[in-house]
Amino acid sequence: MPAPEQRRIIFKHIDEPGYTNDIDCYVRNGGYEVLKKAIQRKPEELIDEVKKSGLRGRGGAGFPCGVKWSLVDRKSGKPIYLVVNADESEPGTFKDRYIIHQDPHQMIEGIMITCFANNVKQAYIYIRGEFPEGARILEKAIAEARAKNFVGPNILGSAYGCEIYVHRGAGAYICGEETGLIESLEGKRAYPRIKPPYFPAVLGLYQCPTIVNNVETLCHVKYIAEFGGAEFAKIGTPNNTGTRILCVSGHVQKPGYYEYEVGKITLGQLLNEVCGGPLPGRKFKAVIPGGSSAKILKVGERYKGKRKVGNDMVDYDWGIEDVPMDFDSLAMIGSMGGSGGVIVMDDSVNMVDALANINAFYAHESCGQCTPCREGSLWMKKITTRMVHGDARSEDGALLKNVADQIAGRTICAFGEACSWPTQSFIAKFGDEFKAYPQTKQEAKHGGLELV
Amino acid sequence: MTQPAKPDLVTVNVDGREISVPKGTNMIEAARLAGVDVPHYCYHPKLTIVGNCRMCLVEMGMPAVDPATKAPVMDPATGKQKINWIPRPTIACATNASPGLHIRTTTPMVKDCREGVMEFLLINHPLDCPICDQAGECRLQEQSLGYGRGYSRFIEQKNVKPKRTQLGPRVTLDDERCILCSRCIRFSKEIAKDDVLGFIDRGSYSTLTCYPGKELSNNYSLNTVDICPVGALTSTDFRFKMRVWFLKQTNSIDTESSVGANTVVWSREGIIYRITPRRNDEVNDTWLADSGRVLYKQVRTENRLTAVKVDGQPSSFDIAINAAVQLLKGGDVAVVGSGRSSVEEQFITKKIADSLKAPAYLVARVGEGDKLLISADRNPNVRGALVTGLINALPEAKLSALGRAIDAGQIKTLLVLNEDLTTAGLTTEQLAKVAIVYVGTHADGTSDAARVILPAHTVFEKNGTFINQQFRLQKFHAAVPGLAGTFNDLSVLRKF
Repeated sequence: MPAPEQRRIIFKHIDEPGYTNDIDCYVRNGGYEVLKKAIQRKPEELIDEVKKSGLRGRGGAGFPCGVKWSLVDRKSGKPIYLVVNADESEPGTFKDRYIIHQDPHQMIEGIMITCFANNVKQAYIYIRGEFPEGARILEKAIAEARAKNFVGPNILGSAYGCEIYVHRGAGAYICGEETGLIESLEGKRAYPRIKPPYFPAVLGLYQCPTIVNNVETLCHVKYIAEFGGAEFAKIGTPNNTGTRILCVSGHVQKPGYYEYEVGKITLGQLLNEVCGGPLPGRKFKAVIPGGSSAKILKVGERYKGKRKVGNDMVDYDWGIEDVPMDFDSLAMIGSMGGSGGVIVMDDSVNMVDALANINAFYAHESCGQCTPCREGSLWMKKITTRMVHGDARSEDGALLKNVADQIAGRTICAFGEACSWPTQSFIAKFGDEFKAYPQTKQEAKHGGLELV
Repeated sequence: MTQPAKPDLVTVNVDGREISVPKGTNMIEAARLAGVDVPHYCYHPKLTIVGNCRMCLVEMGMPAVDPATKAPVMDPATGKQKINWIPRPTIACATNASPGLHIRTTTPMVKDCREGVMEFLLINHPLDCPICDQAGECRLQEQSLGYGRGYSRFIEQKNVKPKRTQLGPRVTLDDERCILCSRCIRFSKEIAKDDVLGFIDRGSYSTLTCYPGKELSNNYSLNTVDICPVGALTSTDFRFKMRVWFLKQTNSIDTESSVGANTVVWSREGIIYRITPRRNDEVNDTWLADSGRVLYKQVRTENRLTAVKVDGQPSSFDIAINAAVQLLKGGDVAVVGSGRSSVEEQFITKKIADSLKAPAYLVARVGEGDKLLISADRNPNVRGALVTGLINALPEAKLSALGRAIDAGQIKTLLVLNEDLTTAGLTTEQLAKVAIVYVGTHADGTSDAARVILPAHTVFEKNGTFINQQFRLQKFHAAVPGLAGTFNDLSVLRKF
């Protein structure tokens, strides 16, 4: 089956010749028309549209956006904040930065609609520290929007007003975790908070109810406000609505970002047709489908079980190439859609080296607050680094898996899973390679990659 | 006094045992009430909860109810309400008791969680136990023995961190031993209101440190040493002095002020090595001021009185008592009692004053209160003097009335109990006009002027009671025997 056409909603103007990131260009292309109509409507209507749309968060967890909004404590009398999570740090993910760099007003319009719908008077864009250019662009874009009365007090002559502030991170992966982000925004170390009791919807920024949404999610909100939740729900597949930006990196002919309806394209179509297949003379070996913390998929393995199609349960028997790129299917086969970062590895990759690299990243980024992740991530890094650059032992694989098992599910935030899933899945699927690694090194005089 | 309202009780189930606990009790405390130990490091009953050590992971369940009808779901096997167990472990410190809460602490999952956390805490922990001051009272040692695997799988290099950082004048930090529980940070911020501690760096390289240019020098800094579950924070005074398992613990009371903080005095073979707080939620929670921890040093100082003297000459106890009795019988006596004497001593002092028909005075000692554990009244037992009738009103700042009486020739003899009159408003000229019988612990202007000196015991060498500012009667016990040449105050006073 040939791959479907891309459906560019969010990336409509990305890389379009002549399209610039200033407000005039955006308005020329119909920008802020949706906001003008949205503020004529009742906020509850907009929330209902988002609920109807079935939009799921694009930051990684895939939590339904409408549900997130409905959990917000609106009776406390405290202000409600919107925090835009633009701390795009998951290795393999590079979608939000293109929205910010090339089409920032799309996001700002989405923010203002979201704020209006949720009666938010102050929104914060928490942007990754390594995006200085993005921060400058956003500051400029917000100033432009303010000058045209799309942002600020009494927007477009209405009684409603909302300010947007840009806050730059200082370079920490953990700031992408929403409660860590909130702590950082409050000026503290980005230690994720314990939940319960600190659910952002109730006790978020400054202990006030807070909505934390990803950049791409908010762009989708703009689209939903324009065409309605029902229309949006027709895009993609049931429970996996809308489009999704897939960021493909690694050993393919044409890496890059591609926007498809969720679940309409399979991993095989994406890699072989859209991305042009493996490099000459190579074969695909493994794919991480949703950012580096997603569990790895091995080429050649089969996934079997029952899945819901419409109202029926049907059997499925997939190879890796048959897996539709949606939240539910990827979860079903034991991985996740995550942040949409598809990392491809071919047969030139030794999995021990690859894991050593991933472990180095997570050990560097663990915030250090809670014991299992703090100590476990560094231990795993020390083991894999030793395997690559020192003495590898055949029993190291089993030890690695056991260390990872002691982390997942026992930490304050999801970083525990993020740092242990790669190890768990690498060992589960490529355990032989770990066992044979001492031998491999001896035979091939294998040098090993320099670690970050 | 009104009785506090009975707290709402809720019934929880800990390892199969039902127990009623006050609503809002967290799972660690609820388990404690049920006699079940839930190991933990970062949790401290007097500090906010952060849930970072992950040692207190337990299995938690709630009674099952039908989501639609809210009717209980029964388990046919047991005939009881079914329990929905959460598949992931839960931290016991951050979860409060609610009706029907079930906790399991003995399951394989909980055991595995504890073993895992113990292993993680130890992989980068130095093997300092043989020279570590915390050894013997170290949570890491205790819980490693109780809940650890007992062997190590770690063959990598351990992290290296600073070994002896002076955080302040009294606290030394060994960062390698630190398990990053943040108790000290929370204490400084929440209790001492001196937010100077924090972590720098990230992950396993996180390092406890002081804010640049500041130091941990507040008068409560040593509490961080008490609550440090490991040997990271040590008292510079106590460091490397003595193994704690050799020390005898004696309950005592802090004499710094009328707060009467409860303490433990740690001694060995008649020598005191340290003083630490003893938990009393009604008085001092689990805290004690640094200034109260060095008071033991008064026991062995250069100016300690250890010789009975009459008219400046060494004498025997009996001769000195006789000399004192003769002086007191001469009439025109005034008694200067002390707010640092025990209730028992004040009681006898009052009897003596009555029998001599002598007016009694008390020396006031007033400073600035710190709104925590040091009150403005720096005597531990002014309330005792009021209760025993030694005085009828709060003492005046200075003994000026006594001074006027001496100047007027109305007073010829003074019985002084461990108070230096020269710092209490009397001049040496005035002291020269009277005969002084001095029962006290240390040499001072008054003992210099005294006709009879009877060396007495410090609070660490005797038993007794104090009445604190809340009119709470609190006992203290002799931690060490009296220094050679000194006498128990009561046995002296009984002779008069």
